[in-house]
Amino acid sequence: MSTPAVVDPLVSPVTPAAIRAFLGSVPSVDEVAVHARVGSLATRSIKKASKRSAIDLAIRMTDLTTLEGMDTPGKVKQLATKAVTPDPSDPSIPSVAAVCVYPARVRDAVEVVAGTGVRVAAVATYFPSGQAPLDVKLADTRAAVEAGADEIDMVIDRGAFHTGDHLKVYEEIVATKEACGPAHLKVILETGELGTYDNVRRASMLAMAAGADFIKTSTGKVVPAATREVTLVMLEAIRDFNALTGSVIGMKPAGGIRTTKDAIKYLVLLNETLGTTWMTPELFRFGASSLLNDLLMQARWLAEGRYQGPDYFTKD
Amino acid sequence: MSRLDVRKTYKLYIGGAFPRSESGRVLPATDADGEVLARVAHGSRKDLRDAVVAARGAQSGWAGRTAYNRGQVLYRIAEMVEDRRGTFVEQLGADGRDEADAEAEVDASIDRIVWYAGWADKFAQVLGNLNPVAGPYFNISAPEASGVVGVVAPGEPPLLGLVSTLLPVLVPGNTAVVVASERWPLTAVTFTEALATADVPGGVVNLLTGQPAELLPFLASHMDVNGLDISGADPGLVTAAQQAAAGNVKRVLADPPDHWATAESPYRIAQFTETKTVWHPKGK
Repeated sequence: MSTPAVVDPLVSPVTPAAIRAFLGSVPSVDEVAVHARVGSLATRSIKKASKRSAIDLAIRMTDLTTLEGMDTPGKVKQLATKAVTPDPSDPSIPSVAAVCVYPARVRDAVEVVAGTGVRVAAVATYFPSGQAPLDVKLADTRAAVEAGADEIDMVIDRGAFHTGDHLKVYEEIVATKEACGPAHLKVILETGELGTYDNVRRASMLAMAAGADFIKTSTGKVVPAATREVTLVMLEAIRDFNALTGSVIGMKPAGGIRTTKDAIKYLVLLNETLGTTWMTPELFRFGASSLLNDLLMQARWLAEGRYQGPDYFTKD
Repeated sequence: MSRLDVRKTYKLYIGGAFPRSESGRVLPATDADGEVLARVAHGSRKDLRDAVVAARGAQSGWAGRTAYNRGQVLYRIAEMVEDRRGTFVEQLGADGRDEADAEAEVDASIDRIVWYAGWADKFAQVLGNLNPVAGPYFNISAPEASGVVGVVAPGEPPLLGLVSTLLPVLVPGNTAVVVASERWPLTAVTFTEALATADVPGGVVNLLTGQPAELLPFLASHMDVNGLDISGADPGLVTAAQQAAAGNVKRVLADPPDHWATAESPYRIAQFTETKTVWHPKGK
């Protein structure tokens, strides 16, 4: 087998025709096969020590998220404290990967997590709709980075994507990437609004070609949010992009992942599609809020042998 | 030509549905002569876990109903059991009992359901109080439901024992996870079929058939269960269950009556309530 050629998938200059040709080369998705594959990978039984290690990995991969209009500095600080020490009564529980907040709350989170290794992610570019002029989106991004965000979660303009203006989507990602500076860029496709798996695959390729460090399913504000099926489609796009260019891009399913069982099924999907290289918080994240408590409850059930109740864990 | 037998599958009752055990196991239910009459689901600790989740989900809705409405729903259970009177008598009779004895147990069970249904909008008046205080305040104590309560139904009598332990738990707005009589589970399963057609919301009563010795340790130690009635459990299981229940300071009732026939009391309702006391300015 020959090693894949490292090429720029889009020839410069990027024109509507070049993008059309690039997206035209993206194969379509076999929906039935995706469901069958996801179904067959959901039957794995992960128990005892393997389960505990999966729980620890899932905790280390969690972007603990609060994205509410009613977020206060106090709530964000409390969440950031929990991100650093998810279970104060159990020092064996690791910290989560990052706290994910609105740009206006970044400083509150940074104050708490500074020096702990927990990162701060901010949603930007007029999250969750993305329906604002580009200069406003870029200003939003720069403000978040200046406030200390290590990672930026941007949204693509789904309206432009649906009208076929893929160049606009592409250029906005390129511009946002530039505005990010040293911060990592996660590109939210909002798969619940893209309609088909074919669109998800094309949008994934477009985002990666434009410079995304991560691709992310959803804002969490639209139903359906992350599903394992859509995640598989995106993971396969990451694999294809890796074969095409050699780039290693991360994946973040977000929204609707609430239980340890779910999280472990995602990890199985990841391992079987991209392999162990991707089994790290550097390349895979869960965007979640209530998932963390279920992971903690499962860890304590494994340790104590008695079923847990939510009353004994901090409320997010 | 003779018809093929159409036999009932005896399943669990969780969240208003009738699933088989996730474990796929079954246990034989035998009559007095050791003859296998049917096979019942052999509930596992994972079924128990699911039952607690269902009970927790239903609890606030059940407690949030008016006391009067809870009474109506509980009375409706009596109506549904009355409607199946013949089935219950026949099923109890298969255990080697004579018909008059079986009929007496079914009648007593129905009467007991009605008796507890009547308490739904009355227990708070009896167990609550207007406390005398030194100041211009009303000081009022009122009983509220504890939450999710685990019940191990007594082995005998199968129907009256189940009703006598379950109903007082439901009256104040608790939801229940019941482990049925191991000796005679068929009647308990038929009882859940009556519950499903009464207006009892799904998840308010969840019933597992299986072995109390296997299930009780997980029920007693469960941190999301607030109370435990093990008056019907094998005395050999009680001490360990009490110790496990201490983990989250469950209310435990381990008080087998001399005769289940006379074991109806508002104090069984009081056992699974929490007293809320409020102060209110009295004015002049």
